[in-house]
Amino acid sequence: MNAINSSLVTTQGRLRRRQIFGSIMSAALMIATAFGILVLIVLLISIVRDGGHTLNWNFMTALPSRFPDRAGIRVALLGSIWIMVLTAFVTFPIGVGAAIYLEEFAPPGRITTTIRTNIANLAGVPSIVYGLLGLGIFVELLSMGRSIAAGALTLSLLVLPVVIIASQEALRAVPDSIRQGGLALGATRLQVVRAHVFPAALPGILTGTILALSRAIGETAPLIVIGAVAFLNFSPEGLGSKFSVLPLAIYGWTARPQDDFHAIAAGGIIVLLAVLLTMNMGAILLRNHFQNKQQG
Amino acid sequence: MSSLTTSVTSALGSNVVRDLSDTNTIIAVNDLKVYYGDFLAVTDTSMNVPEKRITAMIGPSGCGKSTVLKVFNRMNDLVPSARVEGMVSYHDQNIYDSAVDPVAVRARIGMVFQRPNPFPKSIYDNVAWGAKINGYRGNMDELVERSLRQAALWDEVKDKLKDSGLSLSGGQQQRLCIARTIATQPDVILMDEPCSALDPISTLRIEDLMRELVEDYTIIIVTHNMQQAARVSDVTAFMTLTEGRSGTLAEMGPTDEIFTSPRDPRTEDYITGKVG
Repeated sequence: MNAINSSLVTTQGRLRRRQIFGSIMSAALMIATAFGILVLIVLLISIVRDGGHTLNWNFMTALPSRFPDRAGIRVALLGSIWIMVLTAFVTFPIGVGAAIYLEEFAPPGRITTTIRTNIANLAGVPSIVYGLLGLGIFVELLSMGRSIAAGALTLSLLVLPVVIIASQEALRAVPDSIRQGGLALGATRLQVVRAHVFPAALPGILTGTILALSRAIGETAPLIVIGAVAFLNFSPEGLGSKFSVLPLAIYGWTARPQDDFHAIAAGGIIVLLAVLLTMNMGAILLRNHFQNKQQG
Repeated sequence: MSSLTTSVTSALGSNVVRDLSDTNTIIAVNDLKVYYGDFLAVTDTSMNVPEKRITAMIGPSGCGKSTVLKVFNRMNDLVPSARVEGMVSYHDQNIYDSAVDPVAVRARIGMVFQRPNPFPKSIYDNVAWGAKINGYRGNMDELVERSLRQAALWDEVKDKLKDSGLSLSGGQQQRLCIARTIATQPDVILMDEPCSALDPISTLRIEDLMRELVEDYTIIIVTHNMQQAARVSDVTAFMTLTEGRSGTLAEMGPTDEIFTSPRDPRTEDYITGKVG
């Protein structure tokens, strides 16, 4: 009896060492988490302090100007929205379609494996390379010029691999038993995918797509290559319009020597972050909506 | 006689044995061989499955019972490395003929799986979907009710047909899967250890259900549970392993004969608990 009791309350030896190691590790992991959040908080505070006062209706609606107090973000904001919406419309059907084919239909074999591996590689290609590709294909070859359409298509190329991979993961997470259940009822593969697999994967697909788009909204390099400009004194009107985007406008302002421009650059960053947060919020709402639909 | 054998034979007593003399063969297997890649998983297997009877397939783990079951509705096609040789005919038509569409085979030969796998949809849609894709044009509400009644689930779910199929208990989910299979109006229902994930009460409900369904359907059930085979089946097929670790049919016959006077010594060893 005594032996059992003492072994259950051991404060030395192996058990004790394991407990200490566990505490150290969990503290280390907490610090790792705190690091990222802390840096983000510091960044946010400094930006709001620098640019918070520049945010007003005039800033949102005014055209660019060489006077900082008159300069607005309207053109870049509209440009970013145009580009994002178009990119979403291009990437969603193509990316999800490719993922469905690769996961559900492609015959297993070397070709399929090669394609899968290379999509992962494409996701790692530097964005400037996509810019050059867009310049060659859309701007020059297809004579779209330095237009919103060319910009959106270029960004679509950039995010497609990410959308495909995210959608593949979401499809793979759907249990095989659902596919088998559907097929055993005499359904074709397409019917099973349409009725069960795709709806079950949709929340994951949407999350992945919107995260990929959030990456695209911050992209500058490929758009500079295809000819987006930091200063444009008219709002985009259609697919063929010249355009600017938020990160480019922010870059333009920070490149100026005057402090007042730096302040409105901070204001621009706040707007960009607000757009990003809105998009992510939209992703979460959409996901919850479809998840509830699945369960209810 | 071991206690296990006693319980199996007493289970036999509860079985309402159906006459086997006036039944036709619905599925005939001739010299079946199944390969997974180079591995010969099932060999030398021939059997005749009687129509509108319950056929139980028993045998030790890895003897190919489930593999043979999946051969009957071509679910093995989904395993890329699987290859089937020999003849499997359903109503005298070889289902492995190149002109045969596996989708059509599965519409006639339905399947209930080991783990309940309802679709993440409403109870109603779970039942209606299979019928809809198979071109059912009648009154869907009626079909759903009839199928759920046949699956002995109607009274428990009639007030919540819009709820998710996943909200049901395991036993209810399995009956839902049976209901959705019935709704497609198949000829044959394959059951791959349908009770192995269920509690004893749910198991008995499913067994009762099988005895009702056999009035209209041919049922083939794979089971690990010998008492279950003795309780519900009319015919029992005992599968075992060859020297080369391939599964093969050792003996098949009326359930009471297999359990009381098996002809093959391997069957006797298994049933009396000497092996397996």
